Amino acid sequence: MNFDLTEERQMLQDTLRRYLSDKYDTASRNKIIDSDAGMSAEVWAQLAELGVIGALFTEEDGGFGGKGFDISTVFEELGRAGVVEPFLDTAILGGGLLAAIGSDDQKALVEEVIGGGLHLALAHGEPASRFDLSRVETTAKADGGDIVLNGRKAVVVNAEAADHLIVSARESGSAADKDGISLFLVEKDAAGLTMRGYPMLAGGRAAEVTLDGVKVPASARLGEAGKGFAPLMDVIAKANVALAAEALGAMHSAVELTREYLTTRKQFGRPIGTFQALAHRYSDLLIEMEQATSAVINAAGHLEVDAAERDRQIASTRNLIGRVGRLVAEESIQMHGGIAMTKEYELAHIAKRIVMTDHRFGDTDYHLERFIELSAA
Amino acid sequence: MDLNYTAEEVAFREEVREFLKEKLPKELSAKVKARKHLSKDDMERWHAILNEKGWLAPNWPKEFGGAEWNAVQKHIFEEETARAGSPRIVPFGLSMLAPVLQKFGSKEQQDYYLPRILNGDDWWCQGYSEPGAGSDLASLKTRAVREGDHYIVNGQKTWTTLGQYANMIFCLVRTDTEVKQQEGISFLLIDMNTPGIEVRPIILLDGVHEVNEVFFDNVKVPVENLVGEENKGWTYAKYLLTHERTNIAGVGYSQAGLESVKRIARAESANGKPLIENPYFAARLAQVEIDLMAMATSNMRIISKAAAGQAPGVESSMLKVKGTIIRQELNDLARRAVGPYAMPFPSESVEGDNDPIGPDYAAPVSAAYFNNRKLSIFGGSNEIQRGIIAKVKMGG
Ligand SMILES: Cc1cc2nc3c(=O)[nH]c(=O)nc-3n(C[C@H](O)[C@H](O)[C@H](O)COP(=O)(O)OP(=O)(O)OC[C@H]3O[C@@H](n4cnc5c(N)ncnc54)[C@H](O)[C@@H]3O)c2cc1C
Repeated sequence: MNFDLTEERQMLQDTLRRYLSDKYDTASRNKIIDSDAGMSAEVWAQLAELGVIGALFTEEDGGFGGKGFDISTVFEELGRAGVVEPFLDTAILGGGLLAAIGSDDQKALVEEVIGGGLHLALAHGEPASRFDLSRVETTAKADGGDIVLNGRKAVVVNAEAADHLIVSARESGSAADKDGISLFLVEKDAAGLTMRGYPMLAGGRAAEVTLDGVKVPASARLGEAGKGFAPLMDVIAKANVALAAEALGAMHSAVELTREYLTTRKQFGRPIGTFQALAHRYSDLLIEMEQATSAVINAAGHLEVDAAERDRQIASTRNLIGRVGRLVAEESIQMHGGIAMTKEYELAHIAKRIVMTDHRFGDTDYHLERFIELSAA
Repeated sequence: MDLNYTAEEVAFREEVREFLKEKLPKELSAKVKARKHLSKDDMERWHAILNEKGWLAPNWPKEFGGAEWNAVQKHIFEEETARAGSPRIVPFGLSMLAPVLQKFGSKEQQDYYLPRILNGDDWWCQGYSEPGAGSDLASLKTRAVREGDHYIVNGQKTWTTLGQYANMIFCLVRTDTEVKQQEGISFLLIDMNTPGIEVRPIILLDGVHEVNEVFFDNVKVPVENLVGEENKGWTYAKYLLTHERTNIAGVGYSQAGLESVKRIARAESANGKPLIENPYFAARLAQVEIDLMAMATSNMRIISKAAAGQAPGVESSMLKVKGTIIRQELNDLARRAVGPYAMPFPSESVEGDNDPIGPDYAAPVSAAYFNNRKLSIFGGSNEIQRGIIAKVKMGG
């Protein structure tokens, strides 16, 4: 047993934490959130240069990490600072799929991703699919040597900035079948592809994407026809580790802000943290944070095991993080009083980040249900 | 024991329902139900409709133009208006200031301000809290110094709800710094257009401009604007707070909230079935509904006592705590129910006439979840209420 980070990961964590505490303070971050792009090209480029994206890929794929603990290390730091830039979308989901099942040409794009020069988005969820990962109604039909895509994709994070979208579409089977789903690399300005972009509550941007007879060559298919579901599940497993770690980082910040506030805010002539009613609740947060920290270690440490056990571990982690995350967000706001309700205050953003991770790739209940299923299997 | 309304109460409820069917503008109730933001005009319009009917001021005695309803009637009215999707009535003038003026104000103040409140001539806001004085309100520092026939006011108020629309603010100010905190506070009525007042917006975490900071820099306030006696403001403020605590359980809001969660959960599907049939979601929903059913009866028990003339004591603190927990739980369920569509920022769809992103019911729910964290913070935080309950019951 050894719970220390390797030297490389420790360095990565230090570098990232230092950069973010220098360059990504509340005011600059809030400016980024309010900007039209909803992200900073400069921050993106600098973090890429610091190796943050490279750390999310294996050596084989041109990076220098890519394991569960690399992902959790990076995302915990991003979460601490409430980073809104789309590392999950471009690197983990988009880059992850290219690296895993792309053709040689497609794989070549990974280098650009790692360098910070290319953005990607995964267009998988649909208006009626909720968290059901195999529910794909978008269709892919052969038309001569080409393939024609039709359908709608919902809340596609980073769609507007993406150079390419990875679109899931059904080549066979019925709406919820795992078989028959294929993945296609579609250029952002492909004819027939339109999007309605919008900002998100916790920062960043997403879009509703419509595919109306979008024609792509067969070579745009990623991996085998109709076999897209398993690789999709693999990157979503990574995304779940990333989301859990991001939430954990944000939760650390929330608890730390709460500690500071409890010791400095005075009412009735004394620091409010000296009221036992608050002191005990703060202690409860710390107790739950230990649970949350361990849960993320469990998920990250099982990312490379067989899929069934991996997914069971991940479901358990996301359920626990969902529960503790809500507790931490709500209790931190409550113990701050009015100040935490203001948009400019750091905790307001951090609390939104925490709660909103519970709306991607399954919420607390979804992961509970999944944990029960996978445990029974 | 009889859980049913009496015949008169039922008749009254019918009358309220009839009125709402006829007079509540559809555009307004549609906006309320979709949780769209209400404009100042929207709020004033409903205010005027109620005033015309004589139902604007259920609390007020008849001599001042009120309806003088008993507690059960008020409850019925609140329940029915919440269910019908009526805009909320801005409480600051009607339910907070007016009772103080009726009890402690001069004849001139009553004659001048009370009709203006009913007619909507004045929009009042509440200037109690300060950056350093929240739960510990008595520590407030905004200073008023008497100079001839004026007070000169200096200091800052904060969290002033809808202060951006207000032309009048009632304030607690410090008029004596030598005595015990509670004994040096006075209750002043201040015209927001007086030179030296500056209102700055505070944007809340859901992006909404709902509260403000109000700065006072050598603001001259005529002494006639003092309510009651100098340095007795704390007594009046405490009296006001007991009025702030009527309808504190928010049963009507919760019932409307429950219906709205059910509507969403019927429309959403999870794994090909309506979400409302998903056992995990259904269990959460049932749990809240069970709590709400009991709380509605608690509320009626306390209201019946009040109708019989017994002043509610710690029970209103208990209702505040339970009521806000239930409302916040319903906000949480609504947010969960919409899945990924909780993520878009709602401003575009909530403010304007833009098409919603995703299903229309999804647009406001995340913002409402975050915004309603305020329910357990203001009006005496839930921690302060718990402190009161224990103190009263243990004789502290
Ligand atoms: C949206 C919103 C609208 C508002 N509108 C108005 C308005 O129109 N006019 C107005 O005057 N005010 C208004 N308020 C202010 C509101 O009344 C205060 O926020 C409230 O009194 C709490 O004060 P505070 O925010 O300074 O928190 P604090 O008093 O600093 O409290 C911080 C935390 O400490 C806890 N705490 C404090 N004392 C104790 C204790 N003795 N024991 C245990 N726990 C304790 C609190 O419960 C809270 O959890 C509004 C607030 C909000 C958020």
